[in-house]
Amino acid sequence: MAALLVVTAVVGLAAAVTGAAVGPRLRTPLLVGLTATACATAFAVAARVLATGDVVRFHTDRLLPLAGVTLRLDRFGALFVAVSAVVGVCALVFRLGYDAHGLSSRTSSAVLPLFVTTLLLVPAAADVTTFLFLWESMAVTSLLLVLADHRCRVEVPSAGQWYAVMTQAGAGAILVGLVLLATRSGGQSFTLMAAAAPHLGPWIRSAAFLLVVAGFASKAGAVPLHVWLPRAHAEASGPVSALMSAAMVNLGIYGIVRVGFGILRGGPTWWWLALMAVGALSAPFGSLHSATSSDLKRLLAHSTTDNMGLVLLGVGASGLFASTGHPPLALLALVAALLHVVFHAAFKGCLFLSAGSIQQATGTRDLDALGGLLYRMPVTGTIFLVGGAALAALPVFCGFVSEWLLLQSMLHGLPATDPAVAVAMPIGVGVLALTGGLAAFTFVKAAGIGLLGLPRTQAAAQAREVRASMSLGAGALPGLCVILGLAPFAILPAVAGAARTVTGIRAPGPLSRGWQLDLAGVHSVLAPGLLGAALVLAVGALALVRRRLEPGPVRVVEAWGCGREFQTATMEYTATSFGEPLTRVFDDVLQPSHDIDVSHVAESRYYVEAATVHLSLDDAFERRLYDPANRSLRWWGAAARTVPNGSIHRYLAFGMVALVLVLVVVA
Amino acid sequence: MAAAAISLLQVIGVVSGGPLLVGLMRTVRCRREGRVGPPVRQPLLDLRKLARRQRMRPEHASWIFPLAPLVLVATTVAVAAVAPLLTTAPAMGGTSDLFAVVYLLLLGSVTLGLGALDTGTAFGGMGASRALTIGAVAEPALLVSILALSVPAHSSNLPAIIATSLAHPLLLATPQRLLALAAFVIVVVAECGRLPVDNPGTHLELTMVHEAMVLEYSGTDLALVRLGESMRLVVLLALLAVLFVPWGIATGHGPVAQAVALVTLVAKVALLGTALAALEVAMAKLRLFRVPELLAGGFVLSVLAVVSALVLA
Repeated sequence: MAALLVVTAVVGLAAAVTGAAVGPRLRTPLLVGLTATACATAFAVAARVLATGDVVRFHTDRLLPLAGVTLRLDRFGALFVAVSAVVGVCALVFRLGYDAHGLSSRTSSAVLPLFVTTLLLVPAAADVTTFLFLWESMAVTSLLLVLADHRCRVEVPSAGQWYAVMTQAGAGAILVGLVLLATRSGGQSFTLMAAAAPHLGPWIRSAAFLLVVAGFASKAGAVPLHVWLPRAHAEASGPVSALMSAAMVNLGIYGIVRVGFGILRGGPTWWWLALMAVGALSAPFGSLHSATSSDLKRLLAHSTTDNMGLVLLGVGASGLFASTGHPPLALLALVAALLHVVFHAAFKGCLFLSAGSIQQATGTRDLDALGGLLYRMPVTGTIFLVGGAALAALPVFCGFVSEWLLLQSMLHGLPATDPAVAVAMPIGVGVLALTGGLAAFTFVKAAGIGLLGLPRTQAAAQAREVRASMSLGAGALPGLCVILGLAPFAILPAVAGAARTVTGIRAPGPLSRGWQLDLAGVHSVLAPGLLGAALVLAVGALALVRRRLEPGPVRVVEAWGCGREFQTATMEYTATSFGEPLTRVFDDVLQPSHDIDVSHVAESRYYVEAATVHLSLDDAFERRLYDPANRSLRWWGAAARTVPNGSIHRYLAFGMVALVLVLVVVA
Repeated sequence: MAAAAISLLQVIGVVSGGPLLVGLMRTVRCRREGRVGPPVRQPLLDLRKLARRQRMRPEHASWIFPLAPLVLVATTVAVAAVAPLLTTAPAMGGTSDLFAVVYLLLLGSVTLGLGALDTGTAFGGMGASRALTIGAVAEPALLVSILALSVPAHSSNLPAIIATSLAHPLLLATPQRLLALAAFVIVVVAECGRLPVDNPGTHLELTMVHEAMVLEYSGTDLALVRLGESMRLVVLLALLAVLFVPWGIATGHGPVAQAVALVTLVAKVALLGTALAALEVAMAKLRLFRVPELLAGGFVLSVLAVVSALVLA
């Protein structure tokens, strides 16, 4: 099996070389084919590991100096490899038809396979050097892909800057955290570190945990480290944003769980309460911004923050239960969180790929300029609808199952003897509920404004269905959303196995008995398959009854336009107006600023020629945290520039002072 | 088999009881206002009339528009089939989870909102935007009050919650139950679009919420929408009744106990409907932007319910 992992890496590298060397005509099909092969081999290894529980190991000294490369794939890592592989194949097939936004250039063609390969290999890294090497490669390749279109759009370089700074700062934090552990463990392999971790002092452990969590949470887009995410995910091209939002952010969660449970073997209650607090802040914040955003891809990116917040809430709850002595509940919460990672990958993949299709077909991602696309692009529209329904956690789609499990784990944490748990759980449920309501709002807004009604611009009116390869690539994922929603037990053993492997908890997890999700030890059952069948049956029966009752065929009429003769798109609600009530309700958080321009007809001021409204929403963290930080950095930069004034005497003095200081410190 | 028969009975009861409850509430309202009003069975007659009329579809609407009324009714039928309205014995399939009930009802609301936007009119967007804003803000109060109910039963399974209440009658008079009841009532009023959150009788554009969403429906579609909303009202009031005043509900499948349960349930729901209608006469509709404050109040009550459940337990 280890050979297949090597094959994945080699084929991925070969794809990168192909992308760089082959001419533009053959480049795309070749690199897509090779990279998809890498995904397939990785998936084969991961599926085997998940099914049997065998651990795949590989080590070589030839590649990286001093440390060598160590790979070790257990069930927990295999789950993430499998998710990356499925998302990767779909995004690559989609890429066959998608050629906008600089993805066809030689650089992008060489970098895309590398990015996918690192996504596949990061969860298999088993020592600090290998992990950081792959992690950094993933960060750099994704950054290059985000920047692919930097010549054409002005937003791209700025998004790239934000992403570069945040990802490098995050990687720095992870590096320091892991090195802190490794230096005191007598080795840098994760197994050695896990063996030594229980004997470390609480300060070292907590410092390492906080540093590592900060680094990984910035990758997962958790508040307040989320600022890069809506920029980079929105500006990246279709398949790249899908890979980033459905596969890359997962690895942030992977890192937190791997270090928190796998290496540090759990910790004090406050670690997990802090993690839950981050989740409880991220989820409503992300969902509120996605509910009020009118840019299709920014909306989806904010919703990634929201969903990763929910996952962090589950991971935090799991750690909390483990630290207060409830292993079965800890397992349940972690299984719910991991299931949500898998399901989020499925539906966010759908949504970002179909958003890419919409962008290619209409040339815009502004919801206020779309409309009526379900009729013009039926396949893409349906894919978006299914993904959105799963995002809104509607029953029989996959998001529902994981949110239900999360709710169950919170419910069964009560009544608790520990006051921290007793306070955290109701807040967790409130957060889940608010997020759920806002996600439903977001879904209706994005699908209703973007896909339904009348087209708002000429571009939307002339949109045509995209190429078959794009529909095929995006179309595999909605199938998964429905199948996994109806039959979650198909992957439940694998997810439970992954959670058991990383936590070492032997308790029985959520069982599946036939069609039901049966929670072990607690009295809660859900049969999503049965629910789906009942709903389809009821809808079918009602449709038949309706057909029998009505006297004739449906009459197609003009919608009532309040007495106007023609119904035009200007009468429709836009995404901005749709979100306006919510903006007002939450104006303390969003701080909306309105800017209304009214221009009058030259002849008389009583006639208005045009009126435009600009509504801008505020990211409180950006304004309070990042803007002052940027300003002070700039000030220090300017101040530092005055010190070296070009005088050789001054530089000699600097050298002298530095030397003296070093001698003093060393002595 | 018995479980299936009871589910069928519940569905039939909810389908026929919905319009009658709406008729009863209208009559109560009219009497309180000093008018005679239409007969109680008027909504049923309206449904029969609408069901014979031709359907109309706005020219730009897609397949979502005709699907929405079907999903609205189907989700409510599913809830009516699995909810333990008559007996605490396991329902068909053994699954009647309170969280699942909430998400099923959400599915109906979301589809109706999409159907409203599908018409491409200003009213559709306005109604959907307002209804979903209210829905999003009502969600936390709803789920946390459910949590308050679920904590003593250690389960969100509806029969288990009701069985716990039956076994410990004193639980129903505890502060947490009363707080949860207050929160639940606020949410039910919001979910059903009754006063003071929404006025089902208005067609004035500034005040419409739910009605703006369904403005384009006609004929059989409108019949389904009207049926769906009345069924929602009946299901939610019945849930309120069995969760907070469970006495009379059967614990097995025996026909006599079922009959008793049916009679008491009908009486309880009719009483609740009458009380709601009588209170509505004395109330004015809240401004749209005051509604979230009401619902936030509901959320606070439900959090208090959970906390007091833990402190007093």
